[in-house]
This record gives sequence, structure tokens and C-alpha cells, in this order.
Amino acid sequence: MLIGKHLIDPSDFTREEFRELFDLAHQVVKNPEDFRKSCEGKILATLFYEPSTRTRFSFEAAMLRLGGSIIGFSEPNSSSVAKGESIADTIRTIECYADIAVMRHPKEGAPRVATQWLSAMPLINAGDGGHQHPTQTLTDILTVELLKGSVENRVYGFCGDLKFGRTVHSFIKFLSNYEGIKLVLISPEELRVPEYIREEVIKKNNISCIEADKMEPYMKEMDFLYMTRVQRERFFNEEDYIRLKDRFILDKEKMKYAGKETYILHPLPRVNEISIEVDQDPRAQYFQQAKNGMYVRMALILKLLGIY
Amino acid sequence: MLQITSIEKGIVIDHIPAGFGIKLYYYLKLDKADYTVALIKNVYSERMGGKKDIIKINNEIDLDVNFLGLINPNITINIIENEKIAKKVKLKVPEKVVNVIQCKNPRCVTSVEGYADHVFHLVDPEKRSYRCEYCDDIVIPHTV
Repeated sequence: MLIGKHLIDPSDFTREEFRELFDLAHQVVKNPEDFRKSCEGKILATLFYEPSTRTRFSFEAAMLRLGGSIIGFSEPNSSSVAKGESIADTIRTIECYADIAVMRHPKEGAPRVATQWLSAMPLINAGDGGHQHPTQTLTDILTVELLKGSVENRVYGFCGDLKFGRTVHSFIKFLSNYEGIKLVLISPEELRVPEYIREEVIKKNNISCIEADKMEPYMKEMDFLYMTRVQRERFFNEEDYIRLKDRFILDKEKMKYAGKETYILHPLPRVNEISIEVDQDPRAQYFQQAKNGMYVRMALILKLLGIY
Repeated sequence: MLQITSIEKGIVIDHIPAGFGIKLYYYLKLDKADYTVALIKNVYSERMGGKKDIIKINNEIDLDVNFLGLINPNITINIIENEKIAKKVKLKVPEKVVNVIQCKNPRCVTSVEGYADHVFHLVDPEKRSYRCEYCDDIVIPHTV
């Protein structure tokens, strides 16, 4: 039962709870129309302290497709946050008006702090700084299941900014619950996964893992290659960003090294880490992945509100 | 030779790693004390293979054993009564510490949200490393 729970970090749900959620998400994918009145009279608050296209729109589209309504802000300057209001006060106010809320924040751990002030309203982390982005992981996993049928016993490549890439952290944390996972982590030395992911997630769970600085030798054996953007907004130093931003670019030439069923995923937005020519390749699944994000968020809202 | 006399009733904090005595002195607000306190630095200690600090407090006070365990679980606390050791308190590396250390990650929410407690969970008892509850950043407090 997921009713009333928060989703701040992938470890907030058990494997069984995720299964329950994905089973519903598969039903939503098959027949989205069946759910169009499920959330009538319910309100979703979207608190976006940081810009977003896919995550915010997919949450809003999800709630609207469920028959619910939306309130919120898409940048903090249009709310009392600009007057210096604390997260604690904002979230307690929002709970007076909404049934469920989504928060994106540039500071790591902000949604976790917010949950300490809530009495009943479920809160969903839509990305906190370079830390976690659990609903992107829901999107990624639904895509994995739709393409390959199951998550376990697979090789997952992650490439780009693995240090500040919150989608990567959440994805790896989620995978740590499954058997037969092999990780290939491709990044510049400076953008390797943070210590807590390496020690607390990968080593603690004895996950097979290779860290590399080239993708080509490993692409054939990968089931999925998860490309990520080097994020300008996470760097305090512009010079470091410029030095690292174009280190890994996936183009048509490199795709020749990939297996016939090596699917390319990306949480988007992309800058230039995947050449536009790759979009035509049937193995490029990132736009379908974005669509799946709406379906799985519909399922998440339904579960947290206890409607299904 | 420097001589510091024994205390009649109070606490002796012994085997403090050299250099941490002064931090402890301020953390326990002993600089504000109106009773006798002695901070002894760089005392030779065979057990510690070098130097140690000692604090003698001529009064009964509430000690934050979590903080002391965080600095070093080998610190010894002797409760003194009638100039004799009445009790020895054994320290442990705490599983969780609240508002004792602060997260150094500039991206952590605790850097901006004044209402948030600074909460850390023990990761590795041997290394004495801790994980911030909010951003997961790992710190080793006794080296900071």
C-alpha cells in the first residue's frame, strides 16, 4: 500500500511497492482513457524552485489526464519564496490547499526537509540539486520493462556527468535491489559517481561495476546506454564546465559499436551529447522514454492518493 | 614542573587526542564556567603513543557523550567524588548525531534552511564516517 507515502528517494519504496506501481503503470500505458476521471476533485501542487520542462509538464499532464486540477509555481520568484519564505512554511501552507505535491529544488535534501513538516499530504521529489530524481527513475524503469520485459540480469551503461547527475544516482540506487545487474560507468575522472553511491550502494550490494573513460569497448554488451548532459548549473566554476562538457558525444559512428538491442536512453534535456542524427536510429528511445514519464507519474499519483 | 591538583567532585576527561582539548573546551562552554576548569595540553601518553589533552572540571555538568564519542570513542570520562574515581563512563561511536556537526556540502539544503536540524548517520564505525541525512554527503567529523 502506497497511500500517503512520500517518494523522496528510491529507497522509500520496497521492491514489492515498486512492482505494484509498475503493474498499474503498464495498465495506464495500455488504456490511459480508463483513468480519465480517477482524480476528479483532487488537486496537485507543483512547487518548482528550479526550471523544468519534461518533469513539470509530465506531472501536470498526468494530473489533467486523470481528471484532477493543478496549482503551483514554475519559478520561485512568482511566489512568497522570493520574499524569503522557508521551505517549512511554504509546504505547510500548500498542504492547506492541495491533496498531493511535487517539489523540485536546487538544494540537495530540500524535499526531505519538507516532509518533516507535513501531516498527511504525500510529497514527491521531482529532483533536488545533483542528488536524486526518483520519478525520472520510474520513467527509466518503465521504459526498460516495455523494451526488454524485465530489469534484472542486464548490463546498464551510464555516460557523462555521473557526479551531479541525479537521474543516474536514483537509477543506480533502484537497480541495487535487483539481481544480475552489471554497471559500466563512463565519465571523466572529475565527474565520477559520488562516494556514497560507490560505497553505500554499489560496493555494499556487491554490484558488478566497471569505471571507464571510453564507451566504445563496452557498448556491444550493454542492454541500455544511459547518456547524460554535463550540467552547467551544477558547476561553481565555468572553466571546469567548458573543459568537460564535450568529452562524450554519441554519434552515428559510435552507434556502430552498440549491440542490435542496445537501447539509448537519456533523461533529457540534451545539449550535444547525442548527435541529432542518432534520433533516427530505432535504438534511440529517449523521446518514447519522456512519454512513458507521464504514464508512470499518472500511476504514482493514483497510488499515493490511494485511488488504485 | 607544572602541577595541577586533584579535584574533589567533578569530571576528568582524559585521553583526548592532542589538539582537540581546546575544541571540546569551547563546545562544552567551559570558557563561560564560574567553577574551576583546567585544560592540560600535550601531556605525554604511552597508551596513545604520543601526546594527549586532559580536561579537569571541578563541578558536576551534563556531558554530551555523543559529541565525545564522535571525536574519539577512546576518550575516558572519570566521575570524581571525594577526590576518587567513582565511575568510568564508556563511550561509543554514536549511530546518529543531531546538531553536533554541520554539513559542508554547499549544495545541501541545511546551508539555507534554518529550520532544518543537522542530522548525520554512522556509515562506517571503523573510519567513523557519517552520512548527511539530506544530501548523503559523507564526512569524517574527527578529521574536520
